[in-house]
Amino acid sequence: MTIQIDSDICTGCGNCLASCPFGLIDIIDDKAHIDEGCTLCGACQEACEYDAITIEAVTETVAVDDSHRGIWVFAETKGDRLKPVSTELVSKGRELADTLGTELCAVCFGHSLNETEQLFAHGADKIYLIDDPVLANHQEDIYTRQLARLIEQHRPEIVLAGATALGRSFIPRVAAILKTGLTADCTGLEIDTERRLLLQTRPAFGGNVMATIICQARRPQMATVRPRVFKKNTPDQSRKGEIISVDFNKESITSRTKILDFVEDLTEKVNIEDADIIVSGGRGLDKPENFKLIEELAAVMGAAVGSSRPPVDDGWIPYSHQVGQTGKTVCPRLYIACGISGSVQHLAGMQTSDTIVAINNDPNAPIFEVATYGIVGDLFEVVPLMIKKLKG
Amino acid sequence: MNVLVCLKQVPGTTQVQIDSETNTLVREGIKNIVNPFDTYALEEGVRLKEQYGGKVTAISMGPPQAEEVLREAISTGADEAVLLSDSAFSGADTLATAYTLAQAINKTGEYDLIICGRQTIDGDTAQVGPELAEMLDIPVVTYVSRIEEIDNGQMRLQRMVEDGYETIETPLPALITVVKEINTPRLPSLRGLTKAKSAVIPVWDAAEIGADLNMVGRNGSATWVTRIFFPQRARQGEILEGSPEEQVETLINRLRDGQLI
Repeated sequence: MTIQIDSDICTGCGNCLASCPFGLIDIIDDKAHIDEGCTLCGACQEACEYDAITIEAVTETVAVDDSHRGIWVFAETKGDRLKPVSTELVSKGRELADTLGTELCAVCFGHSLNETEQLFAHGADKIYLIDDPVLANHQEDIYTRQLARLIEQHRPEIVLAGATALGRSFIPRVAAILKTGLTADCTGLEIDTERRLLLQTRPAFGGNVMATIICQARRPQMATVRPRVFKKNTPDQSRKGEIISVDFNKESITSRTKILDFVEDLTEKVNIEDADIIVSGGRGLDKPENFKLIEELAAVMGAAVGSSRPPVDDGWIPYSHQVGQTGKTVCPRLYIACGISGSVQHLAGMQTSDTIVAINNDPNAPIFEVATYGIVGDLFEVVPLMIKKLKG
Repeated sequence: MNVLVCLKQVPGTTQVQIDSETNTLVREGIKNIVNPFDTYALEEGVRLKEQYGGKVTAISMGPPQAEEVLREAISTGADEAVLLSDSAFSGADTLATAYTLAQAINKTGEYDLIICGRQTIDGDTAQVGPELAEMLDIPVVTYVSRIEEIDNGQMRLQRMVEDGYETIETPLPALITVVKEINTPRLPSLRGLTKAKSAVIPVWDAAEIGADLNMVGRNGSATWVTRIFFPQRARQGEILEGSPEEQVETLINRLRDGQLI
């Protein structure tokens, strides 16, 4: 695979410079030149107005398999309950299934599950269910084999799962068995109806730009989505569906890994995911001790404390507080961002909050693009004023 | 105890600045580094070798300059290193990357444990480790925060999940992905630096690892990027005017009106 710039056509206009997410393009003697490290993403090709850039045609060896139909959601459970991400994905899956004019199925593994009818209420037509005492815990080896086997049998065109610790561990293994594509942590899912393609959008390259990814020829098209990225639809409790109990051939599949024990961590638990109000601090705090200011405002408001990525990377505050693509995705009623510029990576974790307040001294900071109310100013002046006013 | 550690070279910042006037990336000062999570993987491998004997082999797929991360790995305790580099490997998604690593690992011969970082800071997918394990048909444990014991071909470990941690037992050989909490990576030693300088790092291409050219690089990738864009958001909110006191006053009134506080 190679990328080529036709120097006879290239005018050295520089349009491609801005398009390269890696900043690998230089203009040398009025011609574009690509440095080592190109991933052939094709962004420059699209940006070139003169068609001077070509990426050698790809020969996809697997012909498009068009016989697959239906959308599946892996509905994760915890104990006898559904995880919230399961109904979020069923809600989104319903939308996609309607666009494609196909059915929506949920796949559920566990024991004595209680809430499966909620999957119908949010839009599933069918549930493939394996209920067995062996599956009371997350047995990843068994989950992997069973899900791969069901997909091979029933041939859905799209499979969605939560990007939880479980989903991120076993869904890639299912994709590897099926030799198909998997896109992690999607923040947007749409359908190209003409080609029946799932357009999977996620922050890329460290979260600085967005990329839309497709799985052109192989099926199913698989994607994981973090909790709270998609909103639940309004459940219709009168909606019914079909439960298909799947025969679980216990003897044929054993688990190599064994879960010996589970300890719930209460000390590290920071419930920013469940908080109504979150006050977050970022690089603009300058020093770790300045997080006290954020904590004080949070205390006055009865809010949880969040953080963008840099303070966590620098060890100012534990990872459990991190909001963003690589931290937690949150959706509080009120999110207050102090000294946070608003990288794509951070916005991906909080932009669906109902009301967003941004306090930043840079009027061009991207955080103001998602803010409901913005204060351009010094947080060290503004935050103490807020504390004083709220206390008084 | 023969340990393989997978490392990736990544751009050394997650905070690439975008020039808001021209909407271009500010390139100055971006250096390539070892993916930070992979340094914990390497450290754990070196600690296991120190405790149980054996050797640590560092392996990386990337362009020729990715050799730098392997020399760095040797300076902090790896015994050997292999670079997988071929223009046919470029543009690989996680499936093609896992296949390429699996081919190379099968060529390196016997191993007891493969260690990867939990995810890279550029791709952030966390997929290559589990996909690689599946292709090698070995068990995998992700988000490992502590190795408690290795005895008689079995390993007991602690694994972080959303609401706590699990104790897991797995037979060897196995693949684990590790989190930051597992250790504190050491700095290079003087001896390590000397060794790294003179180390001969073999470069394996597609032919060397017996790779099917339709399964590596962009040809072997199931997923492709079709569009890259800087999110453009129309500014819809209200920028509050006045002195800081007036701004705060307005803000709090707005929040109270909306019954948010």
